[in-house]
Amino acid sequence: MTTVRRRLWIVLPLFAGAAAAAIVLAPTVGSTSISLSRAFDRSIPWAENVDAQIFFVARLPRVLAAALVGSTLAASGVVLQALLRNPLATPFTLGVSAGAALGAMIAIAAGLDLGALGVSSVPLASFLGSIVATALVYWLARSQRRGLSTNVLLLAGVTLNSFFSALILFVQYLADFTQSFRTVRWLMGDLDVGSYAPIVAALPLIVLAFAAFAVLTRALNLLSLGSDAAAARGVDVARAERLAFLSASLATGAAVSLAGPIGFIGIVVPHLVRLLVGSDHRLVLPASACFGAAFLIGCDLVSRTALAPLELPVGIVTAMIGGPFFLWQLVRHS
Amino acid sequence: MTRRVAWTVVALALVAGSDPMLAGSRLLDWGSDPIQATVRRSESAPTRIISLVPALTEMLFAIGAGPQVIAVSSFDQFPPEVASRPKIGALLDPDVERILSLTPDLVAIYGSQADLRRQLQRASIPVYDYRHAGLADVMTTLRDLGRRTGHGADGDAVASGIERRLDEIRRRAASGPPVRTLLVFGRESGTLRNVYVSGGRGFLHDMLEVAGGVNVFADIRQESVQATTEVLLARAPDVILEVREGPPLTAAQAREAVATWGRLASIPAVKAGRVHVVDGTGNVVPGPRVAAAAERFARALHPERFSR
Repeated sequence: MTTVRRRLWIVLPLFAGAAAAAIVLAPTVGSTSISLSRAFDRSIPWAENVDAQIFFVARLPRVLAAALVGSTLAASGVVLQALLRNPLATPFTLGVSAGAALGAMIAIAAGLDLGALGVSSVPLASFLGSIVATALVYWLARSQRRGLSTNVLLLAGVTLNSFFSALILFVQYLADFTQSFRTVRWLMGDLDVGSYAPIVAALPLIVLAFAAFAVLTRALNLLSLGSDAAAARGVDVARAERLAFLSASLATGAAVSLAGPIGFIGIVVPHLVRLLVGSDHRLVLPASACFGAAFLIGCDLVSRTALAPLELPVGIVTAMIGGPFFLWQLVRHS
Repeated sequence: MTRRVAWTVVALALVAGSDPMLAGSRLLDWGSDPIQATVRRSESAPTRIISLVPALTEMLFAIGAGPQVIAVSSFDQFPPEVASRPKIGALLDPDVERILSLTPDLVAIYGSQADLRRQLQRASIPVYDYRHAGLADVMTTLRDLGRRTGHGADGDAVASGIERRLDEIRRRAASGPPVRTLLVFGRESGTLRNVYVSGGRGFLHDMLEVAGGVNVFADIRQESVQATTEVLLARAPDVILEVREGPPLTAAQAREAVATWGRLASIPAVKAGRVHVVDGTGNVVPGPRVAAAAERFARALHPERFSR
């Protein structure tokens, strides 16, 4: 125990430092060269200060959204891999992102023009879709016995994923071409949020989920050994599984509604972190959250500069960087 | 997934005129040879024409070949006469059986419909092969279609009429300083996410130039560009023209457009209150209505020289 605590004090500042460095440095780089001293010069009126607007309206919200989404997807991946006792689980395994995608597709295809609290209809509808998917999977997995059946959870999630994907195709087929293109683009992920309102809207739920993750670390360690072993050591398995599933799913739903379903983070980051720090969730969870933030900020930096002034969709970058890097790590450590 | 993307991207292409946006993606860059009419032997003018491309349908009606058009695509809405013609699918889902059963003697298709072209050729049905391109290609296509359908003189007349009108707009617009313009044709409502703008090629770009605008994205040789917030701020246009295809905007929608752009306060167009919405239909179809659309652009760019 004490060694874990000691390692926590070494490992965590390193990972947190990397995330903090990414958050501080990333907004200074972009497709346009700006003067930082001008950006922070408050004597220049806001409407005249292009550098300040590029820094505070274009770049900073993007970097913060990337940090939030990256850490959420990475941490949710860790939690779901432990909950399902399956190293291949991702935040999108249980149908949450497919539900979110279906919501977004319907909003785009129907041309919904509603909005609240500075958040437009597409993220609202996609968050609603993720809640519907989470509720469905939860209800299915619960109906079998007291508590959750992780097998049913997995099967229900995977089946719901396919079912929602079919509905997505149906909606895309009915939509006109412009809308179809927008739906496809949405699936590639996009962090150019352009204001702080959508970040603030997603934040409370994600903070709550992280609080739940923090409570769960010990239970997750024991759950990875099997639910009987966990129960024998005093874990309220049903309660822990329920909390893990709901918090990871809702946080994922909030992250996907903010930036679209950005792939690979939820599986590559947790595995990389485990290769670096071992498998104790008290280390893996916070380290994955920090590393996920830094990783997505880095990928988004590539996304907004590689083809500048054009944008390379960030989901393509995470897949192109994440996939080979992950394979290389596997080969190197095996 | 990849398949789905590929299909959708192809689909976009056809938007037949009704949408430049799809044309946006690089995948849709077809190179420099946009219009090829597959001229097949035809002793006399076709009398049973099917058009699968809305822009071509508009041209056929404009040059007087409307009575020869027996069926149109499911996206056709203009001119009003198309309402009486059967709809036989579109870019992705042409109803081949239905097309064959109508015994057409000319079918106008989009260049990417390779399967359909093969099927029609097997049935010895002449094909008119078309792809969207620049503004000048609209006139070329009008003349070409005129010759193909026995309305050569009308095709020439309509094309020349549009050319004269465009020249007149260009002349009036050019009498003032050019205006650095951002031409937007799509964005997520209420936000500045997914902003699609015209790059430096294609008929929308050409129309903007006719209207006396200097496209701030002219250096990007694509029809459609997804512009990030940062690049929008950096390009600093003097005027923002937002084209909305569809019914005229309500006052609330027009206010929304102006208010949303207000977040990018340092853009000169925003500071000067020069965010203009061009609404209505026909603004993004590369057909006979291009001159009217170019004039709408010009009126927004140079209100003093284009009073109604």
